Amino acid sequence: MDKSTFEEQTTIAGPMHTRLRHDSAHKHVAGTADYIDDMPEPAGTLHGALGLTDRAHAEILEMDLSAVAALPGVVCVLTASDMPHSNDISPSHLHDEPVLADGRVQFHGQPAFAVIAETRDIARRAARLAKITYRDLPHLIDVTDAMAQGGELVTQPLTLQRGDAEAELERATRRLKGQMRIGGQEHFYLEGHIALAIPGEDDEMAVWSSTQHPSEIQHMVAHVLGVPSNAVTVNVRRMGGGFGGKETQGNQFAALAAVAARKLRRAVKFRPDRDDDMMATGKRHDFLVDYDVGFDDEGRIHAVHANYAARCGYSSDLSGPVTDRALFHADSSYFYPHVKLTSQPLKTNTVSNTAYRGFGGPQGMVGAERIIEEIAYALGKDPLEIRKLNFYGEKGSGRDVTPYHQKIEDNIIHRIVGELETSADYQARRAAIIDFNKSSRVIRKGIALTPVKFGISFTMTAFNQAGALVHIYQDGSVHLNHGGTEMGQGLYTKVAQVLADSFQIDIDRVKITATTTGKVPNTSATAASSGSDLNGMAAFDAARQIKDRLVAFAAERWQTTAERVTFVANHVKIGEELVPFADFIRQAYMARIQLSAAGFYKTPKIHWDRATGRGTPFYYFAYGAAVSEVSIDTLTGEYLVDRVDVLHDVGRSLNPAIDLGQIEGGFVQGMGWLTTEELWWDEKGRLRTHAPSTYKIPLASDRPKIFNVRLADWSENAEKTIGRSKAVGEPPFMLPISVLEALSMAVASVADYRECPRLDTPATPERILMAVERLRRM
Amino acid sequence: MAQAADSIRFILNDTEVAVSEVAPTATLLDFLRLERRLTGTKEGCAEGDCGACTVLVGRLAKDGQGGERLVYESVNACIRFVGSLNATHVVTVEHLAAKDGTLHPVQQAMVDLHGSQCGFCTPGFVMSLYGLWLTNDNPSRAAIEKALQGNLCRCTGYEPIVRAAEAAAREHPSAIFDPIMRTREAVTARLKALQPQETIVVGKGEDCLIVPADAASLATVLSEHPTATIVAGATDVGLWVTKQMRTLNPAVFINGIAELQRIDRTEAGLTIGAGVSYTAAFDALSSAYPAFGRLIDRIGGEQVRNMGTIGGNIANGSPIGDSPPPLIVLGAAVTLGSKDGTRTLPLEDFFIAYGRQDRKPGEFVESIFVPALHGDHFAAYKLSKRRDEDISALLGAFRVALDENNHVRTALIAYGGMAATPKRAKAAEAALIGQRWSEETIRAAQAALDTDYQPINDWRATSAYRMLAAKNLLMRFFLESTGEKAQLRRFEEVA
Repeated sequence: MDKSTFEEQTTIAGPMHTRLRHDSAHKHVAGTADYIDDMPEPAGTLHGALGLTDRAHAEILEMDLSAVAALPGVVCVLTASDMPHSNDISPSHLHDEPVLADGRVQFHGQPAFAVIAETRDIARRAARLAKITYRDLPHLIDVTDAMAQGGELVTQPLTLQRGDAEAELERATRRLKGQMRIGGQEHFYLEGHIALAIPGEDDEMAVWSSTQHPSEIQHMVAHVLGVPSNAVTVNVRRMGGGFGGKETQGNQFAALAAVAARKLRRAVKFRPDRDDDMMATGKRHDFLVDYDVGFDDEGRIHAVHANYAARCGYSSDLSGPVTDRALFHADSSYFYPHVKLTSQPLKTNTVSNTAYRGFGGPQGMVGAERIIEEIAYALGKDPLEIRKLNFYGEKGSGRDVTPYHQKIEDNIIHRIVGELETSADYQARRAAIIDFNKSSRVIRKGIALTPVKFGISFTMTAFNQAGALVHIYQDGSVHLNHGGTEMGQGLYTKVAQVLADSFQIDIDRVKITATTTGKVPNTSATAASSGSDLNGMAAFDAARQIKDRLVAFAAERWQTTAERVTFVANHVKIGEELVPFADFIRQAYMARIQLSAAGFYKTPKIHWDRATGRGTPFYYFAYGAAVSEVSIDTLTGEYLVDRVDVLHDVGRSLNPAIDLGQIEGGFVQGMGWLTTEELWWDEKGRLRTHAPSTYKIPLASDRPKIFNVRLADWSENAEKTIGRSKAVGEPPFMLPISVLEALSMAVASVADYRECPRLDTPATPERILMAVERLRRM
Repeated sequence: MAQAADSIRFILNDTEVAVSEVAPTATLLDFLRLERRLTGTKEGCAEGDCGACTVLVGRLAKDGQGGERLVYESVNACIRFVGSLNATHVVTVEHLAAKDGTLHPVQQAMVDLHGSQCGFCTPGFVMSLYGLWLTNDNPSRAAIEKALQGNLCRCTGYEPIVRAAEAAAREHPSAIFDPIMRTREAVTARLKALQPQETIVVGKGEDCLIVPADAASLATVLSEHPTATIVAGATDVGLWVTKQMRTLNPAVFINGIAELQRIDRTEAGLTIGAGVSYTAAFDALSSAYPAFGRLIDRIGGEQVRNMGTIGGNIANGSPIGDSPPPLIVLGAAVTLGSKDGTRTLPLEDFFIAYGRQDRKPGEFVESIFVPALHGDHFAAYKLSKRRDEDISALLGAFRVALDENNHVRTALIAYGGMAATPKRAKAAEAALIGQRWSEETIRAAQAALDTDYQPINDWRATSAYRMLAAKNLLMRFFLESTGEKAQLRRFEEVA
């Protein structure tokens, strides 16, 4: 019995619920973490570039590609007709998204051909030599234009309804209507899209793709090539950021690389230039929200009727579920006794908008918080007072039903908001700010506390499944693979912690391996904040299967009962005997115990009937709240975010260091969306903010000057998630709605808080100044 | 023209490199990644805005006492041309860790404080932090944020990176360990030896790059190649290549020419050579004209300021260049050189129309002279969507001299972003001159701006905002001259 070792080490390195660095951190800082463009290229690798069109909507009369093909170093030029089986990569299966434009251009920058050349530089140069003759067609760029021209939709809209909103609006003592524009957002993942296709024997194709959804890349490549899915293997070790922008948008690059690789029997890489990436791939949907709210003199909401119209671009992509999720979050944290919410996924001649962190949820919530603001300014009250009055009640209060008829059973928003209000000293600071504003002519301040409640699960129930593959080798080292992808969120680290914890071995005994469709099939996108919930449980299940076999083996070999076999700190304890894990595994191998398992998980309880707008689409909710304080310059509209306090709920955190990073990072990214990040199209439908020189994401000097972020460490998931943790990817993105509303309060000060500033987003200095001017004239 | 040298020679980490076959448009980033397979340095945008490709470039700079010292500056490898690297020491992220894999304190702090998530921007941040660490062992938050103005991170929200900068500053190992400190003397000697004694020409005919040894050689080169592109910092020309796929036939790199690096301060004013970077000009400009210092801190990021020059900002002629409006109100003059000698003209007259400057073929911007302020009120205000590392929506520069009765004796106002060139607001100036320095007078001058400008709508701002904000900046200038707080500052101190 190895007692001495046991006494020395009673705990392992890297179990669940501990602060642990990102598994690749030491490689990130040394430049040795390989992204796809860093991998050694197979001999003879060719490089592709997209040929972009320069019309928003047109018929292609002629495409003269002779000069493109003639440039020395060009190997071939691909057009729609070169797709071996299909030119369709519509992820919604509505057949509305071609790999390459075929006869009709539907947005400015839509690729119509691809060049394959000996070098990337040659391919890029050649791509500019095409002579395309167009017949222009009328184009619709903006949501309002699309509505005025009949409002063609890219997919079926959704209605959520409960009670009788129309009648209650008529009956309400007070009623007001308004409209809000909410801007879109470019993902600006630091690593742009990239795909490398390497042809194999027969119809085989290996693809390395910077994707959140390897299975979809696999399906699309197989579909375009006309080969079964089993011929295509898709791999990804890590992405340099995703944020939803790599859920479907990598399909085009992977498909083109594979088509060229198959045609030329050589490896082909596509890595678009940043500007091409920004022009040719989708973004967060911008919305136009029309709202009508009935309330009483106290500020209690009686009824809400709202329409969420979205610029979807030319095709459906994920616009259906994105606009659905906007409606699912159009209640924010508030109970609407009577409600009718409609979505309007509009077709426009712009790039097809796609998934982006929050997936429509943030836009839904921004609309709801605007309604709260309207009520508060109409009644001359602090918006926080209106918020508290309208929060969902406790379970069974009668105020716990959402517009989609799901009952909220895990509501902790009152406690979160209450604690934050106290810890951030909200009331005293608000009073001080109102005082400051009385005497400061140019500089004004604002403060706001806003809540977050975000529903966790894919609203497409089938996607809520995951697999993992776990091997233990004879030396006791563990190989981990699962269907989730790593884009910086720390998923690989968290799932490795699950395994370390399950086997009670140090985490450095667990080898994290690249995601590949060959090891775990039929995976869902790493999206909807679901990565660790789903894959963590799948890995847990795989470990459980192996442990069951090991326990049975130990019980038999050591002639004891299963209950007396436990996994402890790098050992297996059998009765009173302590066997080092590696020795034990070696013995299990010799006894022919299977040391490998495929784990599986599907989220329980959820169901959703879109046709009736009823169900339980979400397994649980994640909560949070933030207080933001800002200063604005009423001469220029410039502003500073002076202080932010956050209290956020991640259940029982799997890794507090990683979760804090998600909250801080999500906050700043969401703040960018609401403040400086502006997508600007000209009258020809050209996106003119297609590079970091013109599209401005936050810098270090934009982050809150004082930034206090805390986890609600008392929170535990009421549902049986992995370690009772909660999802963290998306919910914090909505915390900076508090920044928008604080800016709004600072603006409102110029009219003595009598008018709701109706600040649209992004709240650039220009929008702030123009709102100040508007209010001054009121 | 004497030309014995036909290769660009520099030190890459610990290896000396001589490049004799290189296109005028070849970038350092492609050289590192494709030729040397040093893939730690990433391409994020290929236009000098995201900083993922940040490396340090060491060069010998004048130390102000007649000698030279080795300085290391962060630059964007994506828009740094190989042709501009002669006699430099290029340091990439691969050079930081010890041979046994021990991380540098800057790297270790980033690991310990969770400064990376997706990791793609991280090598660039590490290099910017390393550049700061080498020069500042107790950086303020203002200094850290300034050092990071040219680095974008989309994951972390920056807080852990800023904390890592603070933690790393507390960990200064011995000079023997640090890869730059331990080789400082040897590298200095080597770079001295690599200083070109003659003009370097790589390539043939017009398809070549030229590194003139001195200003006289530059004049000769330009007379022989009148269509040549003069490249100083390449912070704009770099994008002609990476984004517009233009060729540079030939490219003439002037960043190493000693005569163009001079900064001379006399009672009359300040003379700045055309090759002086924003970083190098910062101390002289901000001490003579404090408002100029604050403005320079908002031009590009640190990497761009380390490469970009005021000479280039002028020669480029952009209507939204940040330095021309303040230089115009300061009464700056530009001196152009050529084979035929030099000529000097008021900077204001240099800008003829959009995209057109008074610079003849064969001429180059040699220096800028900025007269002393003599106690006038002076300010320059930049407005942009994002405060740092953004291009101006508009920029106002103001200077007034008041008489003993508080009346305006002289007034000079110029704006960028309000017209096709950086342009004076002569109607507004006229409305001020001779009047009492008061809000009422300012209101009259604000109204006059409507006759001075008809600004355009674009993605940076609408016409209406530009006009309203231009008027309000004039009010800010007045209020600040009376001591009222009329401007937001994240930090009061200048980093």
